Amino acid sequence: MTALTTMSASTLVKESADLRPLPWRRMAWVTWRQHRTPLIGVVALTGALALCLLIVGLQLHHAYAAAIACHPANSAACTATVAHFNGIGNFLTNGLLFLVVPPLIGAFVGAPLLAREFEAGTFRYAWSQGFGRWRWTLAKLVALGVVVAVASGTLSVLASWYYRPYFASGNQSLSLTTFNPLNPVLFEQRGVAFAAWTLAAFAIGALAGVLIRRVVPAIVTTLAVCGALTFATGGWLRMHYLTPLVTRGLNVPGASRIVSQWGSRGGRVVFTGPPTFPIYQQYCPAQAGLGKGGGAGSGNPLQCLAQHGFTFWTSYQPASRFWAFQWIEGGWLLALSVLLLAVTVWLVRRRAV
Amino acid sequence: MNIIETHSLGKSYGTTKALHDCNLAIPEGHVAALVGPNGAGKSTLLNLAVGLAAPTSGELSVLGGYRAGSLPALDGIGFVAQDTPLYKNLSAADMLHLTRNLNRHFDQAYAEARLAELGIPQKRKAGKLSGGQQAQLALTLALARRPRLLVLDEPVAMLDPIARHDFMATVLTAATDDGVSVLLSSHVLAELERVADYLIMMSLGRIQVAGEVDDLLAGHRVLTGPTAEAGRYDERTVVHVRGGDAQAHLLVRSTADDPVPRGWEAHPVGLEELALAYLREPGAAALPGPVPSWDADPAEMTR
Repeated sequence: MTALTTMSASTLVKESADLRPLPWRRMAWVTWRQHRTPLIGVVALTGALALCLLIVGLQLHHAYAAAIACHPANSAACTATVAHFNGIGNFLTNGLLFLVVPPLIGAFVGAPLLAREFEAGTFRYAWSQGFGRWRWTLAKLVALGVVVAVASGTLSVLASWYYRPYFASGNQSLSLTTFNPLNPVLFEQRGVAFAAWTLAAFAIGALAGVLIRRVVPAIVTTLAVCGALTFATGGWLRMHYLTPLVTRGLNVPGASRIVSQWGSRGGRVVFTGPPTFPIYQQYCPAQAGLGKGGGAGSGNPLQCLAQHGFTFWTSYQPASRFWAFQWIEGGWLLALSVLLLAVTVWLVRRRAV
Repeated sequence: MNIIETHSLGKSYGTTKALHDCNLAIPEGHVAALVGPNGAGKSTLLNLAVGLAAPTSGELSVLGGYRAGSLPALDGIGFVAQDTPLYKNLSAADMLHLTRNLNRHFDQAYAEARLAELGIPQKRKAGKLSGGQQAQLALTLALARRPRLLVLDEPVAMLDPIARHDFMATVLTAATDDGVSVLLSSHVLAELERVADYLIMMSLGRIQVAGEVDDLLAGHRVLTGPTAEAGRYDERTVVHVRGGDAQAHLLVRSTADDPVPRGWEAHPVGLEELALAYLREPGAAALPGPVPSWDADPAEMTR
């Protein structure tokens, strides 16, 4: 009755071993043409910040050079140069401006990459072309990921140069402002961490895009996840990359970062953090200025507590671990990025349409 | 060679069965129309055929045995999706450049000549073109790839009658002059009579009818006779009953040689009438080959 051909019980499916995939370089123009606006945005953003770093940094380095070259150190003129350097506080000093760069790149380069294709339905065009969907995705992710990582890496090289005076070893003896290299915000933008954070934010954005499939929700999610990850890492995770060193007392050497403090008595931990109000009140009210008469308190309250058998402990991360921490952070962020990008490609390949 | 061959093909989205136990073998060289109401599974079947979706069960091969979505399959199939998605911010020339980069074959001269013929300025952004021009641009991109199979998902649904006519004319030219096989889904029955020589009707995620139009028309007749006697006709071959007070019209599966009962008249059927009858009877099926159809328990057919 019809021309329907007889069907075998099982359809034999040929595999495509005889056909070579299209060369990867075909994606270069495609990626550039489709993503040139966000790419130009990335270059403009990092370029503007780099220019700020360069211009303001030259003044900063000039002031620093004057301060350390001044002789004799305790002369009035030298005190003035030191005060001048210490007084330089500008919009770059706290580094917060750089903290927003990776999430922004993740949100505006990573998130729309696939979300826009889903939202506009253009994935049906793109994924039915001869290049193949997962190779198309991989090519875009790798090309854009490398560009944003290189751009932010360049920026962090400049930032490392900019902040270098604040980390020099002789600063304290000259009363020059010193920053702790392990402090959050400053840690992220030096060394390898900044490029790794940018890549991770890009990967978070790309995955959010393929999961959520809507541009604006994907952008919001990317910003939220990147923010949460940055705070969790800076506030807690980073201080546990290596086992903290422990010292007796409440003072730590050099520019170390304190992880925790506690007091013990008779081998038992009695309080965490610095000595608390009730402890002072119970054992050393007079020395802590908590006596009946009030007033400024007499003598050293800590010494008094020590006489009552208390021992103070501090665990800390020494500043000398800066590079170890940089590689650890760069390493896990790179691993996370590769994992998220791989999941993104896998989701595309799985054809969950 | 079969351009599309499916065997017990099924596709579910969660608990929803979009496609169920679908057996098809569409030979090369046809303009095949996929017809059915909304939600019948047409888009699902086309998405599976171009490799955008993966089957939940069963098998599907294209272009004589390639896995849908494999490189040779992508290479040989031009697809114009529903609402003809294009990058709105790219110019027509950029869309050509993009498609050329993404494919092994791309006939730039053909594409440029087509755009000139259609009066589509190459510098204009795709988003600024009219609906008809966007559809034509999407079709041009697909055809310039020199595919063996052209798959069109509701290509003319949003177009005005002139744009619709022009679009279909382009498709027909490709089919007749270049030998491109075509599989298109459509709501517009009137268009089909002109373009389709192979018909697949779907309802409720199943194939109702599949076959060459000439065979289907030869295998169906309209019988007209007294309404009182309509119930006596062998109900297993009746597709659809359209009854008046005195006269009933029965669309039945029978050939011109089959005897006609006394008091009844037989007429040949048109494609649109045939399609409408099947659309009105989602439970009816006329499937040849290994699929149980009218030999099956009627209760099962309507399930």
